[in-house]
Amino acid sequence: MLTVENTKQWLFTFADKIKENASYLSELDQEIGDGDHGSNMVRGVEAMEEKLNESDSSDVSEVFKTAAMSLLSKIGGASGPLYGSALIGMAKSAGEDDQDLATLLQAGLEGIQKRGQAEQGEKTLVDLWIPVIEAVQNNTLTKESVQKAVEQTKPLKATKGRASYYGERSIGHIDPGAASSGYLFEALLESGVVNG
Amino acid sequence: MAKHGIVLVSHVPEIAEGLTALLKEIAKDVSITFAGGTDEGEIGSSFDKISEAVANNEADEILAFYDLGSAKMTLDMVMELSDKKIHLLDAAMVEGAYTAATLAQGNTSLEDILNQIELLIVK
Ligand SMILES: Nc1ncnc2c1ncn2[C@@H]1O[C@H](COP(=O)(O)OP(=O)(O)OP(=O)(O)O)[C@@H](O)[C@H]1O
Ligand SMILES: [Mg+2]
Repeated sequence: MLTVENTKQWLFTFADKIKENASYLSELDQEIGDGDHGSNMVRGVEAMEEKLNESDSSDVSEVFKTAAMSLLSKIGGASGPLYGSALIGMAKSAGEDDQDLATLLQAGLEGIQKRGQAEQGEKTLVDLWIPVIEAVQNNTLTKESVQKAVEQTKPLKATKGRASYYGERSIGHIDPGAASSGYLFEALLESGVVNG
Repeated sequence: MAKHGIVLVSHVPEIAEGLTALLKEIAKDVSITFAGGTDEGEIGSSFDKISEAVANNEADEILAFYDLGSAKMTLDMVMELSDKKIHLLDAAMVEGAYTAATLAQGNTSLEDILNQIELLIVK
């Protein structure tokens, strides 16, 4: 069950992971994009940490909203509106009665898809969120299953975002957005919201 | 002031600015505002800059053009939070905006402007 405490913990852990792996994320983006995914995400999560520390949110919905606005306004690349929309979707869902984690994440995925119009198989972070949500529903989410889902973006050909301009050459590389979302769900496991 | 305004959003400040100069030459009475690059002036998109370009546009109704991915998605989010009437157009940016500027300057109807731009949709 999400509380203000563990939700913040989740997001702070995510921020740490992004900062630790920033150069790896940019390397991935160098292969099939413009090489800025790591620095974009770091700008966003640093602003998010600052805002979360300043605010004394009284409910989970507000925590997600605060995080959403920071990521949206500071990332500066496609992942800004995408993570922003995901978290706004989650904020709305958290505000409703009997929310469970899978429903909440599903609302996040819908936010991403509404914004970016990507379907499964287009080599975007959508390809990470879909199997992760399935795993949450089946109580089978583990660090290994998250990493496997990240790896599974490798053989896909990108048809959305910057990577789509690479055509066939996008095949064989991990999608940077899927990798950063992988850290979001590893953080979810580590913050004790779900046990994997 | 013409009824329809134009908002240009590019990843690069100079592209947004340069395209504005191109349009202003033939559309002196059209309100044209732009957002280019990130908050730091680097390559990317800025929610704040785009919000400002929309807020500062003097027209009742706006035609918006963009270059790549995040420019569109960020514009999309700004539109959701703004109560201005904005048409986000998936046209080739230079040609689409030039067409819109030319026709808006002549006070062409929205329907006719959109029909003309329809021929330039590329994304
Ligand atoms: N339309 C989309 N739908 C879903 N995800 C997308 C879409 N476009 C891009 N992405 C995701 O965003 C990631 C890239 O994020 P990044 O922060 O590097 O933005 P960018 O592509 O450099 O932004 P820009 O659009 O400004 O060029 C990709 O790896 C992909 O997962
Ligand atoms: Mg990038």
